[in-house]
Amino acid sequence: MTAATAPGSGRTGTFSQAALPDWAMQVVMGGAVALAFIGIAFTDVSPALLVIVLAAVSAATIGIWAGTVEGRRKATDRLATMTMTYAFLLAVAPLVSLAWTVVSKGNGRLDLDFINHTMRNVIGEGGGAMHAIWGTVIITGVATIIAVPVGILTAIYLHEYGGTGRLKKAITFFVDVMTGIPSIVAGLFAFALFALFFGPGVRLGVMGSIALSVLMIPIVVRSTEEMLRIVPNGLRESAFALGVPKWRVITKVVLPTALAGIVTGVMLAIARVIGETAPLLVTVGTIDSLNFNPFEGRMQSLAVFTYFEYKTPGVPPEPSFDRAWAAALTLIIIVLVLTGIAKLVQRRFGVLQAR
Amino acid sequence: MSSTEASTPPSQRGDRVFGALAKGAGITILVVLAGVALFLLVEAFPALTAPASELPDGKSLIAYVAPLAFGTLLSATLAILIAVPLALAVAIFISFYAPKRIAGTLGSIVDLLAAIPSVVYGLWGIVVLGPAIVPLHEWLADHLSFIPFFAGQASATGRTMLTVGLVLAVMILPIITAISREVFLQTPRKLTEAAYGLGATKWEMIRMTVIPFGRPALISASMLGLGRALGETMAVTMILSAAGVVSFKLLTATNPSSIAANIALQFPESSGIDVNVLIASGLVLFAITLVVNMTARWVIARSNLVNA
Repeated sequence: MTAATAPGSGRTGTFSQAALPDWAMQVVMGGAVALAFIGIAFTDVSPALLVIVLAAVSAATIGIWAGTVEGRRKATDRLATMTMTYAFLLAVAPLVSLAWTVVSKGNGRLDLDFINHTMRNVIGEGGGAMHAIWGTVIITGVATIIAVPVGILTAIYLHEYGGTGRLKKAITFFVDVMTGIPSIVAGLFAFALFALFFGPGVRLGVMGSIALSVLMIPIVVRSTEEMLRIVPNGLRESAFALGVPKWRVITKVVLPTALAGIVTGVMLAIARVIGETAPLLVTVGTIDSLNFNPFEGRMQSLAVFTYFEYKTPGVPPEPSFDRAWAAALTLIIIVLVLTGIAKLVQRRFGVLQAR
Repeated sequence: MSSTEASTPPSQRGDRVFGALAKGAGITILVVLAGVALFLLVEAFPALTAPASELPDGKSLIAYVAPLAFGTLLSATLAILIAVPLALAVAIFISFYAPKRIAGTLGSIVDLLAAIPSVVYGLWGIVVLGPAIVPLHEWLADHLSFIPFFAGQASATGRTMLTVGLVLAVMILPIITAISREVFLQTPRKLTEAAYGLGATKWEMIRMTVIPFGRPALISASMLGLGRALGETMAVTMILSAAGVVSFKLLTATNPSSIAANIALQFPESSGIDVNVLIASGLVLFAITLVVNMTARWVIARSNLVNA
């Protein structure tokens, strides 16, 4: 508090204070960022060291400059601006580095051969991830079939039927808790469930689907509930006034109005679980050939494929590593496409704007 | 609130069936959650009752799980220490400093960090981040080795606790940022305007109105991030060169493993009682994350700020 009320600088008595030129921040920060890029791209200096030094130098520049011209409070303000901006750049840096790495290492192998060959009888070069792509699609598809009805109906119960009851409170709370279940615990749950009936050696595609649906359900519930909340009450009440029974109001008025938002939520939920590795590792296992049947035998999935191609490479390891990166790139493309379509659906067909 | 009862519905049967379906779905969720706890208990039971001599390495279950729990907590704590200040700064940047027009886009970019599959983070951590920060490891080990965390011989591959902490921090950053942004937007306008009216600079306004207002939500957001870091599997499994020790040294090549990573590493090749032991350790992980998440939710509910 004292800092705020203390006079900022000694320059009182005039209405205009001395200030740094408008371009000061942009030039100093832009210069530091440009130097960082040049340094990382063209020199052998450690990137971490370079970034720390440049950040410190630019902060000192602005701090001393603004401190002498504008006073302490303004200088603090500018340093805060700088800190926040650098923090954002620092947070985005892994994303850029990751995208660059995956694309540059993965695109060499990501071709038609990769998506229409399996790893059956493949040693060394060649092979592909057809079985993994199909496995991912089937396992995630079955998970969606399980999770979406349960999720949407629960959201309907919570928002349209629950009122203020104890059951509603309990479900809301445990949906929140479910959001935090570690994915590997979801996998162990599916394993434990099936191991009770089929013995401990059981590995099935559908076990993975159940594990993934445990992860999906809370996401679907949350997003659907959010969408139901913004359906105007006037719509419901006009329908009620016409004598329409409640379930017809929900299925014919409320759900269609919220549909775009619900579809968006479901697609984001799929995008969220399609790249899961750990739950599939303990429930579905890994296999080299194509298996379309989630109710019999192991299946491959892109994430698990990526993991094992990297963990247990052949001799020489390069072909395996290349396949791992290509599979990682495929996975990221799938996730991005799903996320993109979800956003598009929301923008294109969303009657309602969330907030 | 919206459950306005129609007074005399023409067809009550449809209503009853649909209502029961919806209620049933809600109850299914409770059953599933109870099932998770129950089935894990049942499958873990043989490990809980077996004598120590039959367990892996001839150690008691507690002696087996404790180092793993330690590693789990260490990596997650490290991740939180790195992620929280960064996420806070990122959220402040997007909410108050970035041009309004592109703020939403910048938020989506940060959210993309959460969309990247963890197995890809694992690859990236091994191939890019680890080697890139080996010099940092060496510098810390050379100059700051009097701090216990930085003691010991620096790893030459960068597959250390520190790298894992950094990768986990990147992975949990989006969730903390997203919740923080949501709360920052709810800061009452009269508070921020009042601060400006008193002549506060932007930073002073943020420090005096936005952060105090959002503090409870920030705490619970951090705890949700912690919950995620505790349960994160693949990044730890792949990056860490684990040795099953209890050690605070963050830079060396011998690191404690985590519960989740240990399960992922051992499970595919385990059978018999070993599987039960792994499931018992999973139960411990479940309990830890449950406590963390429930506390976080409780803090949110109590502060009554966000309904996110």
